[in-house]
Amino acid sequence: MAQIELEHLTKVFQGGTLAVEDVNLRVEDGEFMVLVGPSGCGKSTLLRMIAGLEEVTDGHIRVGGRDVTDLAPRRRDVAMVFQSYALYPHMSVRQNIGYGLKVRKTPKAETKRRVEEVAGLLGLDELLDRRPAQLSGGQRQRVAMGRAIVREPQAFLMDEPLSNLDAKLRVGVRASLAQLHARLGVTTVYVTHDQTEAMTLGQRVAVMRDGRILQVDQPQTLYLQPVDLFVAAFIGTPAMNLVEARIDGDDAVFGQFRVPLDPRRRPPRDARSVVLGMRPESFEDSAFAPPEIPRIESEIEVLEELGSDVHVFFHVDAPRIGTEALVEASEDDATLLVEEKALFNARVDPRTKAEIGSRLRLALDPHRFHFFDPKTGKSLLAASPAPEPEPEVVLTT
Amino acid sequence: MSAQTQIAPAPIAPTVGRPRRSRRRRLTRTAWNLVGILVLVVLAFPVFWMISTAFKPDDQINSLTPTWFSLHPTLAHFGDAVHRPFFWDDVKNSLIIVGVTVALSMALAFLAAVALAKFRFTGQKLFIVLMIGIQMLPQAGLIIPLFVVLRRYGQVNTLTGVIFTYMTFVLPFSVWTLRGFLLGIPRELEEAAMVDGSSRLGAFVKILLPLVAPGLVATSIFAFITSWNEYIFARILLNDGAKQTATVWLSYFTGTSRHTDWGGLMAGSTLIAIPVIVFFLLVQRKIAFGLTAGAVKA
Ligand SMILES: Nc1ncnc2c1ncn2[C@@H]1O[C@H](COP(=O)(O)OP(=O)(O)O)[C@@H](O)[C@H]1O
Ligand SMILES: [Mg+2]
Repeated sequence: MAQIELEHLTKVFQGGTLAVEDVNLRVEDGEFMVLVGPSGCGKSTLLRMIAGLEEVTDGHIRVGGRDVTDLAPRRRDVAMVFQSYALYPHMSVRQNIGYGLKVRKTPKAETKRRVEEVAGLLGLDELLDRRPAQLSGGQRQRVAMGRAIVREPQAFLMDEPLSNLDAKLRVGVRASLAQLHARLGVTTVYVTHDQTEAMTLGQRVAVMRDGRILQVDQPQTLYLQPVDLFVAAFIGTPAMNLVEARIDGDDAVFGQFRVPLDPRRRPPRDARSVVLGMRPESFEDSAFAPPEIPRIESEIEVLEELGSDVHVFFHVDAPRIGTEALVEASEDDATLLVEEKALFNARVDPRTKAEIGSRLRLALDPHRFHFFDPKTGKSLLAASPAPEPEPEVVLTT
Repeated sequence: MSAQTQIAPAPIAPTVGRPRRSRRRRLTRTAWNLVGILVLVVLAFPVFWMISTAFKPDDQINSLTPTWFSLHPTLAHFGDAVHRPFFWDDVKNSLIIVGVTVALSMALAFLAAVALAKFRFTGQKLFIVLMIGIQMLPQAGLIIPLFVVLRRYGQVNTLTGVIFTYMTFVLPFSVWTLRGFLLGIPRELEEAAMVDGSSRLGAFVKILLPLVAPGLVATSIFAFITSWNEYIFARILLNDGAKQTATVWLSYFTGTSRHTDWGGLMAGSTLIAIPVIVFFLLVQRKIAFGLTAGAVKA
């Protein structure tokens, strides 16, 4: 086991595509690091460079303190799980798992013992003599994992290993992946475009966009203190509500609303226009919120009852934040109706009496506001991290 | 090969509910089956006639009323054929030429195909175009230039000369076909092997090679049949009775006198067809397996 260090790592493909740009990242020994970002942002390329499958244009890669930048993949002592699993179709499950040991000339008896041990761990004992073609998707996924585990490598590299599973299976396998990591404690770099997966699995998560790492932090920190608009929009479901706002003295004005700012959490005095971000849980039905929190009132357009929560949607008389990349980022953000106005999502107590078409008074907590520079997208809070709200904020996945 | 002309699969369960449509479908199927049988007959008849003639006594062969097959079969023609001068020499030559051509082409074609399918290099496109383009040149036009070139290097009337010549048309075809097979193998398979501990060459041999086995078999059958049956080049490049190939040997049955020994000719032809059939039976089992199934999802 070992830490992985990436220094000024850059990849330019033939033809000039800049896929990874000056990435600096340190994955601690035994850490589960998730790289997350929209498709095409360079996650796979970065992972493949660590594996040695892609030549490094510039920078250095160290695994366990050893510079492996120019070493062949087999000399790096890392194991990789591919999105497609890449099982050897002409070999049985036993041969697939044992391949890495065999080419490293491990004694036969030891190979057999280790393969069977791993097969036991993953519940593959019954399947050892099958061919990949005779396995289900979930079983193939486990064989791919087994092939990585059996070698007891310095690090696991996983490229979207769950994306070929159906949604239900994915949740189960995700949980067992976390268990497996807790048990084996092997340094892991895990790539996914699914922020839920990233948030649930990662001890730390690196958010990537256009070949760069924007922010590396623990999931909670990413959620609570996104350094820029992209991270804010990308992390969290339902996504953060974003709107252009004007700072008028001690008030924030957006659309038809005017809300007093929390003096402990406000943008710098000189900021006039900002992008204001509010997570759905910064709202509450007025009936269930403490009286000191400011109120707004709006007409409910859509209402979704989820049992534990109710989500209400209402219009804000302000343009949508039209960053195409942001819309593209959250793939489930598929709005059928092209709306000029921003549609806000507020999570409220399930006891709410709200109805579609009726007006609802909402409490809106300015202590949970996020402010971003409309030009650069950078957070206007990052400079002085305000005290965070207490653990009442629960990750909604 | 045409023996397995099965066009429509047998129905598993009778279709109920739509008798009109199912009757029409059955009719279509019968029609296609008839077409299939017809094609089979056309293809198989000459082979049948060759074999049956080989066993007929001379008077039956020359009789004006043809018979399907003889009630008193004879092996005499086979004896004649085998005892004609150079039969064993020439069969041996053919086996050597074909064996070396097939083995060498497969090894070279595999490596060339790997290079074309798995690497990018300048001139790659041009190389592929040339490979196909060259195959379109008429063979007859190549005979004299090839002869001149081979003579300069003392390769006329040698088996190596013929092997070289055969490889000029077996190799491009094989490389082309194998490249197609290799393109169908996901890149991740070799990458997985390389991360697992193989060298690049190791990954080619341990992962790619077994997976293109069906392609190798298909191309080697082609290579075997083409070079075994080749006549023109062998006829021109080899002019020593003991150094010729089986096809050239066979050609001496005809056209040399007013009387053609049909029985011997058919017996000889039958014998010479045997190696091709044996080779095919040995390797065809491999073609059937779709080995890449299950490598990646679905
Ligand atoms: N072999 C390649 N040659 C050229 N460009 C590539 C190659 N592989 C990936 N790219 C480009 O690099 C960028 C990053 O790709 P990738 O790392 O696969 O993204 P991700 O895994 O985040 O979806 C993309 O723009 C992609 O088109
Ligand atoms: Mg990818």
